[in-house]
Amino acid sequence: MSTAVAENTEIGVVPSFTVTLFVRRFNKEDGLEARWEDFDVTVHGTDRVLDALHKIKWEVDGSLSFRRSCAHGVCGSDAMRINGRNRLACKTLIKDLDITQPIYVEPIKGLEVEKDLIVNMEPFYQAFRDVKPFLIASDKPEKERLQSPEDRERFDMGTKCILCAACTSSCPVFWTDGQYFGPAAIVNAHRFIFDSRDEGSEVRLDILNDKEGVWRCRTTFNCTEACPRGIEVTRLIAEVKQAILRGKP
Amino acid sequence: MVTIETPRSPRNRKSANREKWAWLFMRASGVVLIVLIFGHLFINLFTGDGIKAIDFAFVAGKWANPFWQVWDTLMLWLALIHGTNGMRTLVNDYAEREGWRKSLNFSLWTICILLIVLGTLVTTTFDPCPDTSVVSALPQFCSK
Repeated sequence: MSTAVAENTEIGVVPSFTVTLFVRRFNKEDGLEARWEDFDVTVHGTDRVLDALHKIKWEVDGSLSFRRSCAHGVCGSDAMRINGRNRLACKTLIKDLDITQPIYVEPIKGLEVEKDLIVNMEPFYQAFRDVKPFLIASDKPEKERLQSPEDRERFDMGTKCILCAACTSSCPVFWTDGQYFGPAAIVNAHRFIFDSRDEGSEVRLDILNDKEGVWRCRTTFNCTEACPRGIEVTRLIAEVKQAILRGKP
Repeated sequence: MVTIETPRSPRNRKSANREKWAWLFMRASGVVLIVLIFGHLFINLFTGDGIKAIDFAFVAGKWANPFWQVWDTLMLWLALIHGTNGMRTLVNDYAEREGWRKSLNFSLWTICILLIVLGTLVTTTFDPCPDTSVVSALPQFCSK
């Protein structure tokens, strides 16, 4: 009997291991340059990078700052650069990284760092607002606006965006001077440009025909690789380019 | 002094621009250049005696033919404008001070135009046996 119990606990046990996290620390108020700080954390095989950061914040150093809300890959708060790649900390399992090496965690690039892993998202949101990410329709919404499944499919991919900024902050053009709209804003413009119920496509195409619009995209595919939602961002940008050339969606 | 990587500044809207045409030109010239450059390499390096055949007479022979004159002139123009426009986008990316950006772009296009003028002069007015009194300066195939 006792053997059976031991076996049961054996089955339920989640392996745990120790990993080293190098976290990029920065605090405007202490007047010091940004620096790497390392933490040894014991984590379970089921833990994500976010759990390791929680463990540091709750048990080791309460001053560590990062954003997270839902912690399940939906809200898009915790995009960060993990081992040089933009990912969501809440969707990155530690066991999937090379745990024989330290794990490097730093804020996303191209946006001003406010504290540790928190960046100022305002320029990112401004670009999003600039493309008018809302339905523009002239008729009064007295009944629902019907749409065929094919028309819905046309812009389906863009609806998956959670505005985490992983794509925009992985774009080398966005890193340079921050004037470029960035992939996320273009994806959200695409979502309405190709919506059959929307009447503002021309306005958005004109906005994105800007000097800082779609033409700055060099198709490096960093955005497609960075997207935690699997959106083929570069393809959507190319579709917007084609639409501008045609003059209509 | 705390330095933060790549501080942001608000985007300034610029209205009319030629970026769409620049992008289209890059696409079109890129495709044409692939044909022109690989055709050029194939003819010069693979056909006939290959690389051993290339000398003054070989070049003179090619430019005696209007087909190769047009081919080479087109290749020269497209490659220079394509390359200069590519450099211009890099300058626009990385030169943050307006004066610095403008002077770099001005130098780029000045060099580009100069090379186009000189190159076009060569491909269109090339004469392997010019009328000169210094006979020893002429290549051997010019009968004198």
